[in-house]
Amino acid sequence: MNTLKQIEILRPIGNGFILMSLIIALLLDGLPWEGLWLMLRPDFVAVVLLYWCTHKPSSVGVGLSWLVGVLADVGDASLFGQHALSYTLLAFGGVVLSRRMRMFDLRKQSTQVFLILFLTYSAYALVHFQLYGNVPWTYFLGCLTSTLLWMPLSIVVESMRQMSVERE
Amino acid sequence: MDSTQNFQVFNRGPSPAARLVFFAVLSVLLMFIDVRFRYLESARSVLSVLISPIQYLASRPNFFLEQAGDFFVTQNSLLKENKALQRQHGQDAIQLLQQQALVQENLQLRNLTGLQQRNQLSGQFAEILYVEQDIFRRKVIINKGSAAQIHSGQVVIDDKGIVGQITRVYPLISEVTLITEKDHAVPVQVLRNGLRSVAFGAGDTSGLSLRYMPVSTDIQNGDVLVTSGIDGIYPAGIPVAKVQKVERDAAYPFARIDCLPVAGVDNFRHFLVLSVMPVIPDRPEAEPALSKFKTKKVGGH
Repeated sequence: MNTLKQIEILRPIGNGFILMSLIIALLLDGLPWEGLWLMLRPDFVAVVLLYWCTHKPSSVGVGLSWLVGVLADVGDASLFGQHALSYTLLAFGGVVLSRRMRMFDLRKQSTQVFLILFLTYSAYALVHFQLYGNVPWTYFLGCLTSTLLWMPLSIVVESMRQMSVERE
Repeated sequence: MDSTQNFQVFNRGPSPAARLVFFAVLSVLLMFIDVRFRYLESARSVLSVLISPIQYLASRPNFFLEQAGDFFVTQNSLLKENKALQRQHGQDAIQLLQQQALVQENLQLRNLTGLQQRNQLSGQFAEILYVEQDIFRRKVIINKGSAAQIHSGQVVIDDKGIVGQITRVYPLISEVTLITEKDHAVPVQVLRNGLRSVAFGAGDTSGLSLRYMPVSTDIQNGDVLVTSGIDGIYPAGIPVAKVQKVERDAAYPFARIDCLPVAGVDNFRHFLVLSVMPVIPDRPEAEPALSKFKTKKVGGH
């Protein structure tokens, strides 16, 4: 594996960086999306949480994801615990598969990410179905766009970590 | 990658599976409490203080775009708008003059017949901060909260008709459920013949529908539905929707009636929150045998 050498250069991730990324993700989720864009909106928080759960399971895990989920519930006025439940499942998937994920390249990672995100979206939709009895299928489009977000996010975060090393 | 974490074999706390079960059960419990008892509204408003700076920031790009858009409005379009508004004002003025006379006459007639007086409507101006982030629901957040004496249950209108109802109040903002929200009900009357009904939001589209109306019911395309004021939440006589399609199929017991809201439910940024909630006497108690099944009264819809 030629990536091993590269990884050793990467700077360790600080907690402040993780916190900032989560706040930015909440911000992006909170932008005024409407209509078609709302349908296609990726769940930024879910993708960022999943990224940290797989790449830094020692500091981001099930508990923190649950907490962020509760904040997301307050943020978009959904049922208390609805996002929390789905993000808990997401974090569990991320933590359990973290070792495997780090062995894969980005393309293989994306398929794994899609499965985990689909589980997350299904949990959310299931709760909604229990309450209201209908789920528009367009809701699952967000699952696809979220998966597409995985690759750019991984590339951006890695390049940021490399840049900070070059500066020293 | 952090190679250090591999050495912390003995200091990891509970396993991920145990945490998953714990937090999943906690979430389900929270959902259950939230649905059944609504005890968590105070916790929600406390947490909303944490999240509100992020929401505020998220609404800024839109705000700046609009500001920039306002700056580049041409004089021509302003003139045109001004002319249209003046024309509208002239037409309205005539109707207003007549209306004053009618109100006076109505008041005297109501005095004569001993009916209760109708309240004058008054309200406060509010602006949409965010539209709902959830594809499932039709709600908006406005910039007035309990600090501005907003209470849940107040009615929100625009210049054409009913927009929705306040369903959740935070200190500085509050949440408006639009009339097109799924299963949101507004008691209405057909303006043409006074027929009473209830308009339900369709949820998936921005329309409403009248349910449980017999096939033979006297409703036509283009009928205007106004609030009947029967539930005591919506004041009487405000336009709600216009009938768009009536489908009478003898195979079904009820006619299928689709309506479109007259208010710009999805269009505008500025609304009026009515401050007077009509006061009506409580509904008489149900039969004693049924009273133990009485459901908890929930604010809103």
